[in-house]
Amino acid sequence: MKISLSPTLQAAANGEESISIVAATIGQLLSKLEAQYPNMSQHLEAGIAVAIDGQIYRDDWGKEIPTDAEIYLLPRIQGG
Amino acid sequence: MGNDTSYTDQKFEQVGRRVRRPDGVDKVTGRAKYGADAYAPGQLVGLILRSPHAHARIKKIDISKAEKLPGVKAVVTCEDLPDLTGGNRGMMDILENCMARGRALYDGHAVAAVAAVDKTIAKQALKLIKVTYEKLPHVTDVDEAMEADAPVVQDFVFTSGVEPKPTKPSNVSGISQFGHGDVDAGFAEADVIVEKSYKTEQTHQGYIEPHACLANMSSDGSGELWVTTQGHFVFRNVCSTLLGIDIAKLKVTASEIGGGFGGKTHVWMEPVALVLSRKANRPVKLVMTRDEVFKASGPTCSTSIDVKIGAKKDGTITAASASLRYQNGAFPANWGMIGAMTAYACYDLKNVKTVGYDVLVNRPKVAAYRAPSAPMAAFGVESTMDLMAGKLGMDPVEFRIKNAAKEGTRASYGPVYGPIGIGPTLEAVKKHPHMRAKLKKNQGRGMACGFWFNFGGQTCTDLNIGIDGTVSLTVGTIDVGGSRASLSLIAAEELGIDYEQVKASVADTASLGHNDMTEGSRGTFSSGMATIFAARNAVEVMKGRAAKMWDIPVEDVVWENGGAKATGKAHSNLPPLTLKEIAAKSPQTGGPIAGHNETVADNAGVSFASHICDVEVDPETGSTRVIRYTVIQDAGKAIHPDYVEGQFQGGAAQGIGWALNEEYIYGKDGTLQNPGFLDYRIPVCSDLPFIDTEILEIPNPNHPYGVRGVGETSIVPPLAAIGNAVSNAVGVRLNHIPMSPPRILKALDEQAGG
Repeated sequence: MKISLSPTLQAAANGEESISIVAATIGQLLSKLEAQYPNMSQHLEAGIAVAIDGQIYRDDWGKEIPTDAEIYLLPRIQGG
Repeated sequence: MGNDTSYTDQKFEQVGRRVRRPDGVDKVTGRAKYGADAYAPGQLVGLILRSPHAHARIKKIDISKAEKLPGVKAVVTCEDLPDLTGGNRGMMDILENCMARGRALYDGHAVAAVAAVDKTIAKQALKLIKVTYEKLPHVTDVDEAMEADAPVVQDFVFTSGVEPKPTKPSNVSGISQFGHGDVDAGFAEADVIVEKSYKTEQTHQGYIEPHACLANMSSDGSGELWVTTQGHFVFRNVCSTLLGIDIAKLKVTASEIGGGFGGKTHVWMEPVALVLSRKANRPVKLVMTRDEVFKASGPTCSTSIDVKIGAKKDGTITAASASLRYQNGAFPANWGMIGAMTAYACYDLKNVKTVGYDVLVNRPKVAAYRAPSAPMAAFGVESTMDLMAGKLGMDPVEFRIKNAAKEGTRASYGPVYGPIGIGPTLEAVKKHPHMRAKLKKNQGRGMACGFWFNFGGQTCTDLNIGIDGTVSLTVGTIDVGGSRASLSLIAAEELGIDYEQVKASVADTASLGHNDMTEGSRGTFSSGMATIFAARNAVEVMKGRAAKMWDIPVEDVVWENGGAKATGKAHSNLPPLTLKEIAAKSPQTGGPIAGHNETVADNAGVSFASHICDVEVDPETGSTRVIRYTVIQDAGKAIHPDYVEGQFQGGAAQGIGWALNEEYIYGKDGTLQNPGFLDYRIPVCSDLPFIDTEILEIPNPNHPYGVRGVGETSIVPPLAAIGNAVSNAVGVRLNHIPMSPPRILKALDEQAGG
């Protein structure tokens, strides 16, 4: 499935705007992301959020990813 | 139903009521215990010695005389806070902010601390600590800090987000770009382009209660901490990591909180209190003065922002860009990145590019402040939107409606939106009577939009039913705005009982699983979700107990109207059992009845608001009064409308103060000139009009009741709404926040050709 990357993450994926990873859950997606792109580890340490069809998930690694969903990775941020 | 988070369009009996909050009487009678209200036998008074310099090398700290002063039980420096962070730079920054290590990085940075039997002796001890400083060049302005010859604040910081990786340290800790399309092509398409630069000054959250804690370390290595905080579980984890304490051996109890707004999401002096207590082997109470709160807790960023918008004559925006420079204080953070993410989130843009710069300066570490980073970005964008509407000869509301984001829009920060509420808030603005009210001379009306993400997070909740049928609801999210009332309403709704039968309280860290901070507008969203599931869990237990009482299969029992009902013809002669009747028999049917839930309440759904504001400007003094203010925001579902309105009003009030008065003023020597509420003026009641609210309820599809977070978005539009109103009142466009009387007078003088 196609995974779109925020510009802030693209350098860690060799400058690609999107990458291809097959994953059933957010947890699988993030572990495969690090395996395929070791430079992502610094971003994963800082936190990566996963938007599935526009809904942002920060922590739920068990969340299932529908096969036809739009997946967008962006930095994990905090609120006040 | 189980733990399905999907929205169900259920009818409510309890939710939506304006009931009395359980903490109300204690708070208005003075019984409520805040951070400074705890006492322990033999407690000592802790005080912190702080740097008087903006940037200085600490050559020597001599604590020998202070240690010998009778009544002094402990003196600590960074030597007592060894690096146990295992190379975690973020944790190291927290440690270094709590106590300087070799360099003082800002005016007010802690360099040593004492614990003594009373305040007088503690103060004397501070005077006996001799610190030898070597002053270093400093920088406090965000733009100056980015210049090539600026003093470097942290030599381990190399700009991230650029290729090739820099070889020299820089005050720019990170550059983050967001957007899509081709902005150059978009601007080439535009009939009109508006470009403008803006500045916003640093402000503090201004919570009335200062930071305060009581630390009590035992000689067996365990400890307790009573503290005012937005997240005692996170404080426990951070303090444990920094001080080498097992998490299970540090019990943290949260006091009532006198405001936080993001400023109490970080530890500032709590690890120091614990170390003092460990060294003295006595409890130690540390309470910041207001001066310390301003100088050494976490205000929000000051910023410098450039905005460029291009549009067709028909009002379609063809391209938009922004460069957003945010100062983060003396430690790296990503506030500029968040500004870049939020800047254009309200709009449907084909071509958009934002670049955020995170910049270090010699000021205190920046903390979150209610929708952090978004208000400043919105000030730049929403002011420019009004300028563009003016150039196009369009109504500012219609111009925004034409370009508003909607379901299917690619957000400027990346993903495609699901169902969102910006359009309905703008339509509500258009229809609101406020927009048709007449204005007098020197009065003007402005409006602006705002966006915030909202978050969920780790949450854990217990629900215990007493033998009299009353319900103890135990949550782990700090109640900053009435959430105990809201969560009690939710528990009552699920159980089918009256609100008065439920009593909610916030547990200490030894009594409940981890809960994330009350931040990101998550309190009622996430603990509400956990409360629903915990209550449903308890209902299943009660159905089993009723089955036992009736001696029928549990499959034949349903829960209706606050009680168990036997179904099927075989049981038609059994009258329903109420919750109270089931609870009364619980000792004989299996013991205590409880429900529990732990969850990661993710997918909170983004939030939008539109504000309308009328101001009156006195052209002789430059003084501006807000004479009418209306907040329109989507709440998903207002569990307790009073507290939703309270959040709307509170955010607007803070935004009004930020827009008109509040400002950190630094001298040329890099020291803060106005660390007190006399010289740093937050709005008081007499400064504010009644802030009207309109709650829109567009259900969040990912919460059983449709709840969205409401706590933060309302601080986003006020800066721009007031700027637009001032412009419409007296014809001058202020591009520097706060729009204080001197700045307005200067702008009026310039307009008059003076």
